[in-house]
Amino acid sequence: MVNKKIGGQVVLNIIFILLTISAIAPFLLLLSSSLTDEGTLVREGYRFIPKNFSFTSYEYLFQSGSKIFKGYGVTLLVTLIGTVSSVLMTLLFAYPLSRKELPFRFGFSFFVFFTMLFNGGLVPTYMMWTQTFHIKNTLWALIIPGLLMNGFYVIMMRSFFTSSIPDAIIEAARIDGCGEYGTLFKIVLPLSKPMIATISLMIGLGYWNDWTNSLYYVTDENLYSIQAILNTMISNIQFLTSGQSTVASNVDISKLPSVGIRMAIAVIGVLPIMVIYPFFQKYFVKGIVVGGVKG
Amino acid sequence: MQTITTPDTAIKRKKGKRARLKMSLALLSMMAPGLIYLIINNYIPMAGLVVAFKRYDYGAGIWGSEWTGLSNFTYLFKTQDAFNIMRNTIGYNLAFILLGNLFAVTVAIMLNFLKGKYSKKLYQTTILIPYLISMVVVSYIVFGFLSQENGFLNNLIASLGGEKISWYTQSKYWPVILTIVNLWKGFGYSSILYYATVIGIDSSLYEAATVDGAGRWKQVWHITLPGLKATIITLVLLAIGRMFYSDFGLFYQVPMRSGLISSVTDTIDVFVYKGLTQLNDVGRASAAGFLQSVMGFILVLSANFAVRKLDKDSALF
Repeated sequence: MVNKKIGGQVVLNIIFILLTISAIAPFLLLLSSSLTDEGTLVREGYRFIPKNFSFTSYEYLFQSGSKIFKGYGVTLLVTLIGTVSSVLMTLLFAYPLSRKELPFRFGFSFFVFFTMLFNGGLVPTYMMWTQTFHIKNTLWALIIPGLLMNGFYVIMMRSFFTSSIPDAIIEAARIDGCGEYGTLFKIVLPLSKPMIATISLMIGLGYWNDWTNSLYYVTDENLYSIQAILNTMISNIQFLTSGQSTVASNVDISKLPSVGIRMAIAVIGVLPIMVIYPFFQKYFVKGIVVGGVKG
Repeated sequence: MQTITTPDTAIKRKKGKRARLKMSLALLSMMAPGLIYLIINNYIPMAGLVVAFKRYDYGAGIWGSEWTGLSNFTYLFKTQDAFNIMRNTIGYNLAFILLGNLFAVTVAIMLNFLKGKYSKKLYQTTILIPYLISMVVVSYIVFGFLSQENGFLNNLIASLGGEKISWYTQSKYWPVILTIVNLWKGFGYSSILYYATVIGIDSSLYEAATVDGAGRWKQVWHITLPGLKATIITLVLLAIGRMFYSDFGLFYQVPMRSGLISSVTDTIDVFVYKGLTQLNDVGRASAAGFLQSVMGFILVLSANFAVRKLDKDSALF
């Protein structure tokens, strides 16, 4: 009996180790090919363990990758501004919805909820943003369309307020002479830190990974985020070699590690997520569990 | 809370009305930015769906363009594309729903049987990693496996003495490839979702079953699966409600826009995007988008209706 139990655990662990490997190994292929010199990569192909270790791809990126740095800057800026404003808007919208005193409470809730059921789709959305708001090739295009406030997060945060912030606390704050804004930011917000952290991470991840807004609305290379650069490189393999004539003139074009470079850019694109994720994983898991079933 | 003092009730009543009004205004002012955003980002495009019944003229905009009745739709259905994108969207969704949930439920149940606290956490953390990565990066990884000249798979095939395969030009492989990629990216997410339900099952049920001499499999069959039933039904029905939508990134990025395989990789979302920007085929794109929005809406309402019938608490509304 005891042996059987231990045997079962061993089998389960083996299965999970295999699952874990299958989840991570593909990233290893990416990392390994970014660390292989171009000659070997072209000759021997993609491998999980680099045969000839080489940092040429990364060196090249640092030497001539002004586009990459700019892209990183755009991604960071957009993620930062986007996440802060999005979380703030979600908070400011969700909190009143959780209050019984709000006039037309049901109507407002439905107003948010309906956006989760029905939408206009890409064609009218694209036309509106480009023709009415002239958002094309502006930084706003990366921040505002689709991403700025998601009804799903509003509902998620509202449910949290309704279930976890007792009315008595809000009532007490009011009697103490706290205004509505004061109550929200001084009393409710400190009590909601885990929820805010979860939603901020989900929203931040959304901004960091977004490539559709730049695909739809951005053609100006100065506004390319990391994801947009990766996206354009798929259709334009020559991206780096063509655009970098001044910087790269002293580099032998034929020796440019183009495949490795693309993989290196992909690696630095996912690196921040991989670094941050282990520290915040409980919030991610929480976000999935809280949001999943009702989404 | 300790400072609650009852002021004179008469003054309170007088002030009450004004205070309430002030409070309502403050609450409404908080919501103003969000309301404006929803109107612009979500509601105006809904009205813009009428573009499907117009001949779109860039100069005139949606409202100024001429009405053309159903001609965009008849044009759409005259072509083979309409059939392909519908078949692909629905077909892939069915495969993803079936395999994805089956796989996730299995992983969740296995996770529950694991003993080690730390290993459990480690596995949970790692299987979620693919979910965090953008589809663009995923398409690079897939390319590393499938590249014709030196992809990992072709090298493997060649080293075993086989013939290299041109993956990106042959459509027969793609239903399988895209299903694998989708499973790989999503299984951690849905496993954790199911696992949250599994750990919520009353542990005394298992204890009672053990006392009664029920083995592992019997416990899974009679306790775990019935406990998961509501969640499974809810998630499946909600996914069915999104049957006309697809993961644009998966179908647009991962096949590397190879035209030779587009008949099996283009879904409604990809078709709408291509029509709008690449082929300058706004008419058909708007017709397909209209059908997606309206049919999606009907389907999500029906799915929710079904969830309500089965399990009221799990329904969206």
